[in-house]
Amino acid sequence: MMNSIDFSTILPEILLLCGASVVLLGDAFLADSKRHLSFWLTQAVLAAAAWAALATMPLQPMGAFSGMVVDDMLADTLKFMSCVAVSLMLFYSRDYSAARGLFRGESFVLALFALLGMMVMIGAGSFVTLYLGLELLSLSLYAMVAMYRTSNAATEAAMKYFVLGALASGILLYGMSMIYGATGSLDIAVVAKALASPQGDRTILLFGLVFLVSGVAFKLGAVPYHMWVPDVYDGAPTGVTLLIGTAPKLASFAFMLRLLAVALGGLWFDWQGMLMVLAVLSMILGNIVAIAQTSMKRMLAYSSIANMGYMLMGFLAANPSGYSAAMFYAISYVLTSLASFGMIMLLSREGFEADQLDDFKGLNQRSPWWAFVMLLVMFSLAGLPPTIGFYAKFTVIQAAVDAGFVWLAVVAVVTSLVGAFYYLRVVKLMYFDDASDTAPIEARADNRWFLSANGLALLAFGIFPQQLLGICVVALANSGLL
Amino acid sequence: MPYLSLSIWVPIFAGLAVLAVGRDRDAAAARWIALAGAIAGLVVTLPLWLHFDTGTSQMQFVERSEWIPRFDIHYHLGVDGISMLFVLLNSLMTLVVVWSAWEVIQVRVAQYMAAFLIQSGLINGAFCALDGILFYMFFEAMLIPMYLIIGVWGGPNRVYAAIKFFLYTLLGSLLMLVALIYLYDVSETFSILDWYNVPLSLKVQVLLFIAFFLSFAVKVPMFPVHTWLPDAHVEAPTGGSVILAAITLKIGAYGFVRFILPIVPDAARYLSTFVITLSLIAIVYIGFVALVQSDMKKLIAYSSISHMGFVTLGFFLFNQLGMEGGLVQMISHGFVSAAMFLCVGVMYDRMHSRQIADYGGVVNTMPKFAAFMMLFAMANSGLPATSGFVGEFMVILASVKVNFWLGATAATIMILGAAYTLWMYKRVIYGPVGNDQVAALEDLNRREFWMLGAVALLVFWMGLWPKPFIDVMHNSVADLLAHVAKSKL
Repeated sequence: MMNSIDFSTILPEILLLCGASVVLLGDAFLADSKRHLSFWLTQAVLAAAAWAALATMPLQPMGAFSGMVVDDMLADTLKFMSCVAVSLMLFYSRDYSAARGLFRGESFVLALFALLGMMVMIGAGSFVTLYLGLELLSLSLYAMVAMYRTSNAATEAAMKYFVLGALASGILLYGMSMIYGATGSLDIAVVAKALASPQGDRTILLFGLVFLVSGVAFKLGAVPYHMWVPDVYDGAPTGVTLLIGTAPKLASFAFMLRLLAVALGGLWFDWQGMLMVLAVLSMILGNIVAIAQTSMKRMLAYSSIANMGYMLMGFLAANPSGYSAAMFYAISYVLTSLASFGMIMLLSREGFEADQLDDFKGLNQRSPWWAFVMLLVMFSLAGLPPTIGFYAKFTVIQAAVDAGFVWLAVVAVVTSLVGAFYYLRVVKLMYFDDASDTAPIEARADNRWFLSANGLALLAFGIFPQQLLGICVVALANSGLL
Repeated sequence: MPYLSLSIWVPIFAGLAVLAVGRDRDAAAARWIALAGAIAGLVVTLPLWLHFDTGTSQMQFVERSEWIPRFDIHYHLGVDGISMLFVLLNSLMTLVVVWSAWEVIQVRVAQYMAAFLIQSGLINGAFCALDGILFYMFFEAMLIPMYLIIGVWGGPNRVYAAIKFFLYTLLGSLLMLVALIYLYDVSETFSILDWYNVPLSLKVQVLLFIAFFLSFAVKVPMFPVHTWLPDAHVEAPTGGSVILAAITLKIGAYGFVRFILPIVPDAARYLSTFVITLSLIAIVYIGFVALVQSDMKKLIAYSSISHMGFVTLGFFLFNQLGMEGGLVQMISHGFVSAAMFLCVGVMYDRMHSRQIADYGGVVNTMPKFAAFMMLFAMANSGLPATSGFVGEFMVILASVKVNFWLGATAATIMILGAAYTLWMYKRVIYGPVGNDQVAALEDLNRREFWMLGAVALLVFWMGLWPKPFIDVMHNSVADLLAHVAKSKL
């Protein structure tokens, strides 16, 4: 049944799609010197989509298009945050992309389509919608990595990303088909209902579950499905790395929530054990291997693997406090990650990539302020107070203890101690060593302001986390997911 | 007036002001603002002393407001007779440190001063916090300034020392975080005072004890997790050593009385032999280790570990005298170790060496300095009439009451302490002038004279008339011991 309400539920997506088409068409008629018009038009589209996400926030979950799409507070909150993340990514990477010939209309359009994919995932009510959103996101990202044609590393990264991503999509689809075979439906609500009172043979369900969890783990980059992460993070132009490493994590969280917690909620005991293995391996491997890295981007890649382990730890508690902890973790990770890659791009300039750890040497001498921002980023990733990263770790550990997994909490704190070592090393380079690169740090005013605000937000939310914690709880509770 | 909030936030905002105003070009402005901030930070803590009610063991100057309702975390501050003195000690030492760095620190002055001011506020926060997470926030956050202080202004091996300091402390405190969360899970609150009355089984108590103990034992530091301290002290600039020895170590010991003893009393009694053994090892073994040091700062660092062993010994005797002795020892050690590090700093600024062998006959060129250092060396060895004597004497008395041999072993600190301190003093200060550099030394300038003089007055005050200090803590200690005696099983 189609009616007017159906369209309001996907208003952000509609705006985004139309906006992307306008940018695509309009940009074709613009000279290179006028490229900034497309940039600002893209930003306007993002602002409109963000506004629409907030404006159409329903008080109760609403299904639309025969349940293919759902609209709830959780979806709109995550959509809004994804818009903000993509918008910041475009601001941070503006000069960086321009210096590498990537400040092109196609970049903007692909970023908008990637965001559209995320939104479709976030608001999916059926396996098919989830899958479509995921593919739209992934294909846009493959293309964005590959667009940096002059770089061999980027081309290689795009190839790896594409091949492994396609494999993961296949696995995911296979899992979905098994669930479909067992329950007879692709609709998340129907599957959930069917699994609430399971009957008959569970073998096929569990098989399907294994494939689904593998697919999800791949998209998150959790061990042992993490091999693509360092290569893609390192090879992709940093602006694209920023996009890959931030907003999609929010979408992946929603994806995981709808797939595992809602649709397969009846099998929670089974996926809890699988996620536990993934979480522990990710925390251990991510943190230990990160120590050996000399490249900042690779280090952050392993850090992201470890961080996804912590997020999974919150999620696998399989209770309301666990889901809201995982959501808070994802949001705070995205916020921190944005600033970390933003800093790399800030220090980079034409013909120079500040993607090695040594490029951060003596930053305190070059600019105390940017060193301080990076310090906040590092301590937030390490999970030290008074930054938002502390509360992220705190909530997931609390969720694990609450669910009775004290040993898991101990593993988490021990691995985060290992992690603290390499984050501290960056602080050491910035503050204790002398600068080898003394070029002045130049950036546009908007970039500087946004990046500073982003850095301070890590501190502000670290001191006053209640609002953000509250949003996570309310959004989840209101969406009827808990 | 919210004196506790002021004692936390005045130094922090002063530190931010220093950062904002004092650029590297304008070091003088940074110094004066820092001095003003440190004085203001001390002034706002004075009412704590003046208006303190010694007749009660209740928390005083309490402030409580909601902070993170999602986890029932409150901004909950308060001091009792145990914590109040440390807030004062800390604010005072911050002033001394700012004063001691006046012309010594020439690079990145603003950042140096700001780091100490911000750290001062964070430390006050840790002493005042009555909410587990609030405490944890301050406890962890204070690592950051100290890490930078050691790493930026430290000696040649500063990077190693800074990272070791950070990771050691973090290991302990992360396990404490798990313990705090576990307690929250059991009690649905983060209020430390409410945790005092939560029943816990012995097994849980022992596990919680281990988590808390690791965290605080590293901070104290107790044998065998003490190895970060000599490194940190040797590499840290003078101010860093002063704050580390005088204040930061005390937070570890404070954690024992605020968390371990009242929250897991049964485990504390059950494992008291273990802690007492470690304390005795620290007193005797580390005392011997101190004896053979050739680096003055390292010697004082080991001396600190040995003296802090006395504190933990006093706490785990579970009697009034021992616990009060431990607390008095903490404050006295705050004065004395700070003074010793300041003395080494004075010499280091002139000679750029901390090796005992590089000195000799300093008294010939620096008579005033030699007199001050004599006093502090005596206090460090526990001479009567100095503050060092009071606490040690009380703890020895208390341990003799428990067991004669325990007291006898503990009393070796009197001999060992005198041996390593006075032997170092002899080698550095007495004898013929060691070399040309010593011959060219200049005696204390006015700034250094007043800096050491102020600390000397405190050492004498506490040594001659300790009653005001003991009065402050008496009721709180009695109440705590009564609480510890009750089983929570």
